[in-house]
Amino acid sequence: MKEVLQNLDKAFENNIRLAIMSALMVNDYLDFNALKDLLNPFNITDGNLASHIKHLENANYIRVEKSFVGRKPNTKYYATTQGRQAFEQHLAALEKLLKGI
Amino acid sequence: MENSKHFDDLGQIRSIMERSTKFLSLSAWAAILAGVYALIGAFFAYRLIYFAPVVRYRAMTESLFSPEVLPLFFDAIIVLALAVGTTVWLSYRKARKAGQKLWTPAAIRVLVNFSIPLVTGGLFTLVLYMNGYFSLIVASTLIFYGLALLNAGNFTFSDIRKLGMIEILIGFAAALFPGKGLLFWALGFGVLHIVYGIIMYWKYER
Repeated sequence: MKEVLQNLDKAFENNIRLAIMSALMVNDYLDFNALKDLLNPFNITDGNLASHIKHLENANYIRVEKSFVGRKPNTKYYATTQGRQAFEQHLAALEKLLKGI
Repeated sequence: MENSKHFDDLGQIRSIMERSTKFLSLSAWAAILAGVYALIGAFFAYRLIYFAPVVRYRAMTESLFSPEVLPLFFDAIIVLALAVGTTVWLSYRKARKAGQKLWTPAAIRVLVNFSIPLVTGGLFTLVLYMNGYFSLIVASTLIFYGLALLNAGNFTFSDIRKLGMIEILIGFAAALFPGKGLLFWALGFGVLHIVYGIIMYWKYER
C-alpha cells in the first residue's frame, strides 16, 4: 500500500493541476484561454490558473511557448515527455489504489 | 474516504479529456430541421423539374446558368444556408446552456475536418456540372458529404461516422440509378438527417 501511495505524484494532488495535465495529454497544445474555458467548472481566476501552470512548468511537466498573433501575445502550453510519463504513472497508481479496495 | 477522492479524480480526467478533444455541442434538433429543409427543398425541385414548361435537361446543356436552371440553384442555396444557419444557432444555444463556449479548439477541429472534403466535393461537383455529367451530380454531393461526416466524426459524436457511411452508400446507389437522383437526394439529405437527429436526441439530449 505504501508503495502505491509513493507512486502518486505530488504535483497532481491538486485537482486543477490534474485537469490541466489531462487536457494537455490529449491535445497537441492549448492556449491560456482554451485551458481556462475547459476549467470553467472550477470557477478559477486567471491568476490562480497561471500559478498552477507555473507549478507544472517548474516540475518540467509542461512546456510554454510564447509568440505573437499580430500584436496580441499568445501563449501555447505543451505536455513534455517527462510530464506525460509522470501523468501515466500517476494514473496507474490511482487505478491500482482503487482496485485494491 | 481518500479513495472516493481518487475515484472522482479519475472521472474528472475522463471528462476533461473528452471535452477538450470532442466537440459535443452539436445539436440533434439541427439535424432534424436540416432534414426537413432538405425535404421541402426537394419538393420544390421536383415541381420545378417535372412540372416545367420546358425540358430542363436541354436547358442545362445550352448554358451554364440559364434562366431555367437558376431557380434550382436558388432552391439548393436556400436549403444549404438554412441548414448551416440552424446548426450554428442551435449548437450555440446548446453550448451556452452547458456553460461552455461554442468556439473551442475542438469546434475548430470539427469545422476544418468537415470542410476539406466538403469543399473538395463542392468544387468537383461544379466541374461535373460544367462538363455536362448531370447524372453524377447527386451521387457526387452525397459521397463527398458522407466523407466529410466520416472525417468530422473523429472529433465529435462518433455516431456521425455511421451517418457518413450510409450517405456514401446512398451516393453509390444514386450513381447506379441516375434517373432517380432527386429521390436519393431527398433520402440522403432529408430522411436520413431526420432519422439521425431523432436517434441523437434520444441518446444524448433527452
